[in-house]
Amino acid sequence: MSTVIGQPVRRREDARLIVGRGQFTDDLKLPGMTYAVIVRSPYAHARIRRIDVSRALAMPGVLAVFTGKDLEGVLGPVPTAWIPPNADLKQTVHRALAVDEVRYAGDGVAMVVAEDRYTARDAAEAVEVEYEPLPAVVDAWAAVQEGAPLVHPDAPGNLALHWTAGSVDQKAFDEAEVVVRQRFVQQRLIPNPMEPRAAVAWYDPGTENLTVWMTSQNPHIHRFLLSGILGIPEHRLRVVAQDVGGGFGSKISCYPDEALVAHAARTLARPVKWVEDRSEHFMATTHGRDHVQEVELAGRKDGTIEALRVKIWANLGAYLSTAAPGVPTILFGLIVNGCYRIPQASTEVYGVFTHTTPVDAYRGAGRPEATYLIERMVDLFADAIGMDPVEVRRKNFVPPDAFPYTNAFGITYDSGNYPLALDKALERVDYGGFRARQAQARQEGRYLGIGFSTYVEMCGLGPSEVAGAVGFQGGLWENATVRVHPSGKIQVMTGASPHGQGEETTFAQIVAEQLGVAMDDIEVVHGDTDRVTMGWGTYGSRTLAVGGSAVAVACQRLIEKGRRIAAHMLEADADDVAFQQGRYQVQGVPGRSVSFQEVALQAHLAWNLPQGVEPGMEATANYNPSNFTFPFGTHVAIVEVDPDSGLVRLERYVAVDDCGTPINPLIIAGQVHGGVVQGVGQALWEGAVYNAEGQLLTGSFLEYAMPKARFFPPIETDSTVTPSPHNPLGVKGVGETGTIAATPAVVNAVMDALKPFNIRHLDMPLTPEKVWRAIHGKGERQ
Amino acid sequence: MIAERFRYLRPKDLDEALAWLAESQGEVRVLAGGHSLLPLMKLRLAAPQTVLDVERVEALRGIRLEGDVLHIGAMTRYHELARDPLVAEYAPLLAMAARTVGDPQVRNRGTVGGSICHADPAADFPAAALAMDAEVELRSRAGKRRLPLREFLLGPLSTALAPNELLAAIHVPLRAGWGAAYEKFPHPASGYAVAGVAALINKEGGAARAVAVAVTGVGPVAYRAAATEEVLTGASLDAARIQDGASQVAEGVEVNADLFASADYRRHLAQVLAARALRAAWGSD
Amino acid sequence: MALAEEMVKIAVTVNGKRYEDTVEPRWLLAHWLRDRLGLTGTHIGCDTSQCGVCTVVLNGRAVKSCTVLAVQADGGEVLTVEGLARDGKLHPVQEAFREAHGLQCGFCTPGAQMLAYALLEENPHPTEAEIREALDGILCRCTGYQHIVRAIELAAERKEAKA
Ligand SMILES: Cc1cc2nc3c(=O)[nH]c(=O)nc-3n(C[C@H](O)[C@H](O)[C@H](O)COP(=O)(O)OP(=O)(O)OC[C@H]3O[C@@H](n4cnc5c(N)ncnc54)[C@H](O)[C@@H]3O)c2cc1C
Ligand code: FES
Ligand code: FES
Repeated sequence: MSTVIGQPVRRREDARLIVGRGQFTDDLKLPGMTYAVIVRSPYAHARIRRIDVSRALAMPGVLAVFTGKDLEGVLGPVPTAWIPPNADLKQTVHRALAVDEVRYAGDGVAMVVAEDRYTARDAAEAVEVEYEPLPAVVDAWAAVQEGAPLVHPDAPGNLALHWTAGSVDQKAFDEAEVVVRQRFVQQRLIPNPMEPRAAVAWYDPGTENLTVWMTSQNPHIHRFLLSGILGIPEHRLRVVAQDVGGGFGSKISCYPDEALVAHAARTLARPVKWVEDRSEHFMATTHGRDHVQEVELAGRKDGTIEALRVKIWANLGAYLSTAAPGVPTILFGLIVNGCYRIPQASTEVYGVFTHTTPVDAYRGAGRPEATYLIERMVDLFADAIGMDPVEVRRKNFVPPDAFPYTNAFGITYDSGNYPLALDKALERVDYGGFRARQAQARQEGRYLGIGFSTYVEMCGLGPSEVAGAVGFQGGLWENATVRVHPSGKIQVMTGASPHGQGEETTFAQIVAEQLGVAMDDIEVVHGDTDRVTMGWGTYGSRTLAVGGSAVAVACQRLIEKGRRIAAHMLEADADDVAFQQGRYQVQGVPGRSVSFQEVALQAHLAWNLPQGVEPGMEATANYNPSNFTFPFGTHVAIVEVDPDSGLVRLERYVAVDDCGTPINPLIIAGQVHGGVVQGVGQALWEGAVYNAEGQLLTGSFLEYAMPKARFFPPIETDSTVTPSPHNPLGVKGVGETGTIAATPAVVNAVMDALKPFNIRHLDMPLTPEKVWRAIHGKGERQ
Repeated sequence: MIAERFRYLRPKDLDEALAWLAESQGEVRVLAGGHSLLPLMKLRLAAPQTVLDVERVEALRGIRLEGDVLHIGAMTRYHELARDPLVAEYAPLLAMAARTVGDPQVRNRGTVGGSICHADPAADFPAAALAMDAEVELRSRAGKRRLPLREFLLGPLSTALAPNELLAAIHVPLRAGWGAAYEKFPHPASGYAVAGVAALINKEGGAARAVAVAVTGVGPVAYRAAATEEVLTGASLDAARIQDGASQVAEGVEVNADLFASADYRRHLAQVLAARALRAAWGSD
Repeated sequence: MALAEEMVKIAVTVNGKRYEDTVEPRWLLAHWLRDRLGLTGTHIGCDTSQCGVCTVVLNGRAVKSCTVLAVQADGGEVLTVEGLARDGKLHPVQEAFREAHGLQCGFCTPGAQMLAYALLEENPHPTEAEIREALDGILCRCTGYQHIVRAIELAAERKEAKA
């Protein structure tokens, strides 16, 4: 019987957050705190002729100014942590502060530390840097052309990597009944969690221990990488991420900045705080997406897709960020076929250096880029053969009886029932009724459109063996310790590092369910390398599937240990003792039972334990999943396009998601809402734009359009439940489905609305002017 | 995020404000609602030596009838304007524009005087005030002068305000019963007007006896669309006539272009908004 | 270090308690609340006055505390998220945010709640459209706003039930 799993339990983390008692990094105040500001290059590409820090240093209250030269031989380079095999990856050097040359507008050139934030800012303005501007290249396509300015001398042609997967027989295209080709631009996005990045570092010269509080999605990975950069052994380094105000991928990466703060704290023997300004975030925190994609699809007139060929140029920015090389390759290239059975498929990826902010994971990381292209291609194909896009999808779905299904790239989808989610969505939106309404509206000069996205994604990262095989420089298992105190109160230590996803609640639900104890008796601890043994963090929708499974496995271990103790207490055979709803019960003898928490007390007292049972009640599980998980579903967008202004209005949005067994439907809905809104953001508004000199023209919330509440109708959510067969909870993950599914659904809807104008494709974001120009045949804006 | 240092002065009344304005050395900036000035200072795009906070100057407050004009103190905040009964009666257009400014917090701080003196090319209020034929009342230690708003607004972030002058109030003629509408296409990020059109129509006996159309976001600063007004004044505003008038709303204007909207598109948008505003002010939809 | 003559004395009532301090005129109210009073519930999310996560209530109205100088609050009354609960009891807005899952990372939440508080003081029964318009004043990257809207509707219902 399920009691707490699947319930909309109210979140426990909220108790502190709604009263303003969260502990975000900038909230920390240590005695003797000092404040750092990083001086950043205003140029995208320039030689540093001279840096004069004397004026800054002379200002009262200024404690130190560091430049790249000061750090040579002191701080190691900032590494990338994903080295895909057979990709000829150019691991160029990324220094914590630039020496001689800056490679993007935002590249750090100096750091000032002062007694307070105001003085630090003043001093940063007083650092004089003389630059010799050099030609820059910002676009991936342009960067690989002959004669393009080089970002790194040791990466000829600006090629950071070249990677291929799968194969397609040219015959499939030569002999195809229908071939559809399209070039897509996946524009660059800026993650913009509402909390900017921040770090506080404190060094204890006595113990030589260094603590870094920081905005991290994965404190253990940060500890590992920072240890290398700083030359401080891991066992003397503690990384703490208390409350983190969103990440969306941008707080996975290891940046120079946190290392600089740590170094300053070590050098000055004072605590040092650094908080990014939003403008700095725009420049110096990793961006996402940014592909140019060329896609070819071969198919038959009856709607069968026979082959898919994908070639992309992925802009990686000026340096290889932590996970950057893996995002447009592994996380993208292996699932470009989406939820369709496509016998032949191939992906070719050029990863390109440019004079722009480094690009790394952004909510969905690779999978939105893949889903967008296949979902758009299916619509274009449907158009080409005059078939309903829904029918083309249905015809090519991996059928429910084909699971586990291995796609053309060797990825095995765990479970799924794609038609079921599609049917549910169709019913909700009354597809037939909509088409009639659309036809009617067109008569009146109103343009409605409907768009589908029947997505599948690969998450729950992941099997560590696969991580190794694909070059990820870490494991992807997860650690959990469930510690039962003598009083029966329980602490759960998890290596996942939630920052908004609510695992303090859902993990407690898992434990409450498994051990049959009250939610109030359970606390979930995360985000501290000194309190949690090990962990790989929160990203890739892995927290519940991997971290939650670790918790479940640890609980099972406790139950088994408890069973032996309980049997001993109840003078029964362990095989006769059942564990139900928190009690060990001698089967068939109703009165003879003992609670889990009573057993835990006995385990601690150890006055009378059965032979061979160790005292204490704590279990640790290191759960290594056997596969990824594959959430799927159908999202439907209905839009109206105003032909006068080109404005797209989202009229309705229906999301049917299958994330396996639901643990907490309220939290699932929240994840879907947030993800969808971000996904719609990419479709309609968001986009980072550089000018030819490498200046970011969308460098603040004044230009970069974040989704606002008033742009949206209520999002309608629904679900199907197809448990994942290979983890103990049956869960799949729902953190990224929104951004993965929503973008193509909305773009498909707009293209559907624009059918009467014979517009084949428009690249995102579908801003009013772009749509208006297309409608009125005005060509692209020059 | 952090402004450069400055000297802070907070006059208690108008005389003190004018005296300090006359006497202060170096660059002095008046601080009203602060929602244009402080953002600039935080980014160090403005760095006045002295900031003169006029919030407590009583003479800059209040909305009252003075004969045949409505007197609106410079320190009147948008939220006050949006709810004021006199404004609702005699100058509803101003309230309409005020309600579209930024967000609730901005409307709680931003002022009429600040918006006019800042002369942002994409600001809403100046367009509405222009359509209302507002006059500005300027004060300095030397005395008082009045100027039509259209002569006060000179260009982007540029006005006829003298360095030692304060905008004390605006005066708007009473327009009770006139049809009024403000149509704005907000930038999805900043919320400012990509284009905004204020329309005011005095309809009598089936004809537009007087028409005022003012445009923001489109030109260097808010302006009156003279060609449009000319086409429409005296006529009955059927759909075709409105279209004709609206099509001339950016006549002779050097139209702004930015990342979000080219000049072509912005001109077109102004025309679309003008037609909508005119229809609404005329009462045809 | 600021020179003595540049500093200004202020007295501000924050969450019902009077604070006197000497501040540099350029200090933002947000920084003063956070750094001087230790009221770190008020967050800072941008440097262009757009995001609203710094929202507090000043003299009864929602303001962005990053766009108000501490000296401008002199003589005024400030309510921050820390002052929303009274006598150990959550304000209906807070209860509703929790009940409706109106927060995820919680970073925008103090600002969102203060904005909601001020909205309901002025308009006790806002429509969904009015709520969404008022939310122009806050950027939330996590929730997609839907549960924030729901929370505000719920808070309105609860406030009425209590009144
Ligand atoms: C997030 C945000 C969104 C916004 N969105 C919009 C929008 O959609 N539409 C819009 O129109 N505006 C918008 N604004 C601007 C807002 O309306 C400003 O408040 C207004 O333009 C300036 O008014 P203020 O009282 O804040 O002026 P301040 O910032 O105090 O002053 C502005 C300028 O005017 C001068 N000044 C002010 N008052 C006087 C006076 N009485 N005499 C002489 N000089 C004076 C100042 O010295 C300064 O140079 C937005 C602002 C923000 C922060
Ligand atoms: S911090 Fe963004 S508006 Fe105040
Ligand atoms: S809850 Fe994270 S920004 Fe709103």
